[in-house]
Amino acid sequence: MTSRTATDVADLEAALAGLRVRAPSTLAATTLVAVGLADEYATMPSPIGPVFVAWNGRGVSTVAVAGDPARFESAFRSQVGRPIRPATAIPPRLERALARRLVGDRAPIALDLRNRTEFERDVWSKALEIPRGEVRPYRWVAAEIGRPKAVRAVGSALGHNPIPLVIPCHRVVRSDGLIGEYSLGGPSNKRTILAAEGLDHDELERLARAGVRFLASDMTGIYCLPSCHNARRITDAHRVPLRSGTDPEAAGFRACRACRPDAALRAA
Amino acid sequence: MDIDSAVAAGDPTGLTVALARDLDGAFERLVLSQQDRLYSIALRMLGDARDAEEVAQDALVRAYRALASYDGQRILELQLRPWLTTILLNLCRNRARRRAPVTLPLDGGGELDLQPPVLVAADRHSPHDSALRRESTRRWASLIAGLPARYRAAIVLRHVDGLSYAEMSIALGRPEGTLKAQVHRGLALLRAALERAEATDRREMTA
Repeated sequence: MTSRTATDVADLEAALAGLRVRAPSTLAATTLVAVGLADEYATMPSPIGPVFVAWNGRGVSTVAVAGDPARFESAFRSQVGRPIRPATAIPPRLERALARRLVGDRAPIALDLRNRTEFERDVWSKALEIPRGEVRPYRWVAAEIGRPKAVRAVGSALGHNPIPLVIPCHRVVRSDGLIGEYSLGGPSNKRTILAAEGLDHDELERLARAGVRFLASDMTGIYCLPSCHNARRITDAHRVPLRSGTDPEAAGFRACRACRPDAALRAA
Repeated sequence: MDIDSAVAAGDPTGLTVALARDLDGAFERLVLSQQDRLYSIALRMLGDARDAEEVAQDALVRAYRALASYDGQRILELQLRPWLTTILLNLCRNRARRRAPVTLPLDGGGELDLQPPVLVAADRHSPHDSALRRESTRRWASLIAGLPARYRAAIVLRHVDGLSYAEMSIALGRPEGTLKAQVHRGLALLRAALERAEATDRREMTA
């Protein structure tokens, strides 16, 4: 091996030190999104037109009616307290999961619900269980999560749902059959979304005005909430409308195991 | 451990103190202070800019998750630079194994290619460098890529990143004496490879 001088060594070391480079500018940003300390967002189609969807490495964090991006970003920053930046597109895997959710597939989807109360998370998890194209009363949700007296708080938690459409708070309506409030742009949007899921809410309201609370079958002896998929299968000849004030059990019917109409009764 | 002793333990910026107190609030500082060195190490270990960015990001995400699971005392006792380096090098090893690139050993002493046949991505982050400097960076990167892994890690950590032998010993889990010998041997291999490459250049120019 050739003899080496101090200068040689210094040159070699300087050349190696010259191999230090700056990280690409995308590295810090994508890392912070991956650990959930920053979010990205993009637009997604929905029955009520385009909506903004925000997400981070922990899951979907926000859905909001798409409008002025600057306004959405500043609202997000002040409400959520994290930086947010536009993405060119929703990551393919997330986009597929969202699409599946919106057509009623209940395959799990990651949601970022940090810094929310246990009560809110209970209410939203319960809403996630309601099948597409069906509705449940606020009172039913309250009873199902073991807080039968907290009907008003359930309404308020649903109003604060940060991920509407994905968490289907539009499937929770008033116990008197009226459609109730909707955080994603008001009650008419709620009607539109339910219609897109195949539910005619006007029909439900007509039933409610006529005092009908449940639909029962004299074939099976089972009673349901009116929008339950089992209620829709009852043929005209066997459909027995049960009005408020009627005790279905006393009338010889048992509660459907799918829609659990007795939960709403217990809370009444 | 308080701030003063954390500083005494080689954390002059008080970063471990901040991380122990508020991980989410301080993590961005960790990213910004460590990203260049983690990316540089990964780039020189793997030789590919995209792989290096992915591995550096993965290392930082794993570090975040680990920190989130540690109690405050454990975070205060961490030596961040070597700790992050260990996480990064493990990921580099996994990545290299998956890719299984064709490399020729430089210490074989037998026939050697002029340039090890590892593709080293052009350094896209120094667009203002002169062509000469870029050429030199490419050559050195390529020579390093041809080193056997144990010498490559030692050379990259010592001379590209500038870790102390004490930090390297923590990061690589090898005694300092072994590391000094590996750095020494690695430099000798690099020098020999450079001389061979230059000799070939001369032959080609006169051919």
